Amino acid sequence: MVSELSDIAGATASPAQGGAAPRDEAAQHRPADHDPAAALRRKWRSRLYRWDVKGSPYAFVSPFFLFFVAFGLFPLIYTGWSSFYRVELTNLDAREFVGFHNYTRLFQDEFFWNALRNTFTIGVISTVPQLLMALGLAHLLNYRLRGSTFFRVAMLVPYATSVAAAALVFTLMFGTDYGMINWALGHLGFGHTDWRAGTWSSQIAVSSIVIWRWTGYNTLIYLAAMQAVPSDLYESAALDGASRWQQFRHVTVPMLRPTILFTIVVSTIGATQLFGEPYLFGGTGGEKGGSAHQFQTLGLYLYEQGWTNYHLGRASAIAWTMFLLLLLIAAVNGLAARWLRKSQ
Amino acid sequence: MAVFSSPRQVRSKSKAGKQMHAGPVTYAVLIVFTAVSLFPLIWTAIAASRTSGRLSQTPPPLWFGANLFKNLGTAWTDANLSQALLNSAVVAGSITVGTVLFSTIAGFAFAKLRFRFKTVLLMLVIATMMVPPQLSVVPMFLWIAKLDWTNHLQAVILPTFVSAFGVFFMRQYLTQALPTELIEAARVDGASSMRIVWHVVFPVARPAMAVLGMLTFVFAWNDFFWPIIALTQENPTVQVALTSLAHGYVPDESVVMAGALLGTLPLLLVFVVFGKQIVGGIMQGAVKG
Repeated sequence: MVSELSDIAGATASPAQGGAAPRDEAAQHRPADHDPAAALRRKWRSRLYRWDVKGSPYAFVSPFFLFFVAFGLFPLIYTGWSSFYRVELTNLDAREFVGFHNYTRLFQDEFFWNALRNTFTIGVISTVPQLLMALGLAHLLNYRLRGSTFFRVAMLVPYATSVAAAALVFTLMFGTDYGMINWALGHLGFGHTDWRAGTWSSQIAVSSIVIWRWTGYNTLIYLAAMQAVPSDLYESAALDGASRWQQFRHVTVPMLRPTILFTIVVSTIGATQLFGEPYLFGGTGGEKGGSAHQFQTLGLYLYEQGWTNYHLGRASAIAWTMFLLLLLIAAVNGLAARWLRKSQ
Repeated sequence: MAVFSSPRQVRSKSKAGKQMHAGPVTYAVLIVFTAVSLFPLIWTAIAASRTSGRLSQTPPPLWFGANLFKNLGTAWTDANLSQALLNSAVVAGSITVGTVLFSTIAGFAFAKLRFRFKTVLLMLVIATMMVPPQLSVVPMFLWIAKLDWTNHLQAVILPTFVSAFGVFFMRQYLTQALPTELIEAARVDGASSMRIVWHVVFPVARPAMAVLGMLTFVFAWNDFFWPIIALTQENPTVQVALTSLAHGYVPDESVVMAGALLGTLPLLLVFVVFGKQIVGGIMQGAVKG
């Protein structure tokens, strides 16, 4: 990659030995015109110049696409191909064509449907409150405020915290016997909850890690969009006697619709891939997602099939199923966006 | 994508967009949410300064104890965190350099140069942002097994060395921030494309490159899924080391918290110093890493 770039750099720098290929073109009335060697040089230079103009755009985009083909497109196809084979982690070279067996096996596996269901419910529990809170917080941050930079940076601190650190702290805080959260809830008269054991409780705990990490980030995105709303819209709404809440409902939210749609898409993609939070919340053997797989997501299920049970072919089938799911979501989202635009 | 707007716009509209003064209720709510944002991290430090015996008592500790440095030391040596921090710095640093450099030149080409298939290729870049990392895990695992790259840092650097988001981000920025006349003037002066990139594009793009760099560094530092497959405790990144610290036999929770603190501290320092710029960068237009 680097050598390729420097090749191009060399090629384009050579007319710049004079640094002036096009200037020569512009100055063709010079007496040197009659010198055949100079004419040849000029011709050569202008050719190099044309190559530079034509070729450099490709040179500039090619590093990205080379890496993308090597580590994005090709693996994507290869994953699809190996989803039709039996490949074991213990013997990577022995592969056997099995057709759609990995897929049929997958769709008959109750743990696949369980993981799909969990991914969906955790996605809803983590995304909906997160985006609603972010919208409300952005609205508050949009007021004239003392210390607004402090509030913004503070709310972004969870975003800087890694999945691992966040998940480990929350796991400790959600501890059954000595955890901070049960202790606080105990003061409010609740009994001790074994957060990890229950389906809902564990999914709420996992979701709370996601919510904690991403709310501030989405808040800033909404805030940026709110600041782009022309203020005369608010002024005329205020003249019409609209309350703050009415202004929020009837000016802010409609103006933010594209941004909201965008954050929903991004959060949905994130939720589909959820891995680190439930993995670490599950402690040792976290890829099972709890003793009864109660918070096993598709990401964990893929990891368990591939790297605990050594079925790489089946893991590939799960990966492709996730991909098709995302394409489906994208299609639905596109339709929804079009419908929104039409209804406006 | 309407999220994107030039920094100039954000700055000028931020005055117009702000409407009313905040009341006490607004402050109260914001303070509560700020506290919720900061508390888990503060409590990480509190737990890291205690003993694991103290963490198995009610009520949980709410103030610092005396064991912080002892626990930090144990995490530093036992969990290989010294190696992990160095590795994470190398990995995140290389990915940041690669992403910023290649995104800037590709973004420049998409924003200002004319070439065939430009629209198709740009659509491809945008579509690439949708592909989840899980899709490439199996073949990449097979490769690194073949190449004997397991536990080598290039196994986690190369796959995320470029970023579709970065290309798109730089394109959006340069479309607005880089006047086309400036490039034409440089061409008339006889500058080659490489010179234009170096003397015109990079200076103009510098603010966006800084923002993209910080976002990329945070993303690369915190990347989790692929590193725990490609690396082991022998040569870990911070996230891998923290995972094995938590999965150890009878994990000592105060040491785990000390490790979590150590692994987060570098990024927190970056945030303390550059917080304002990072906030500005995300507000200019951002997508989850």
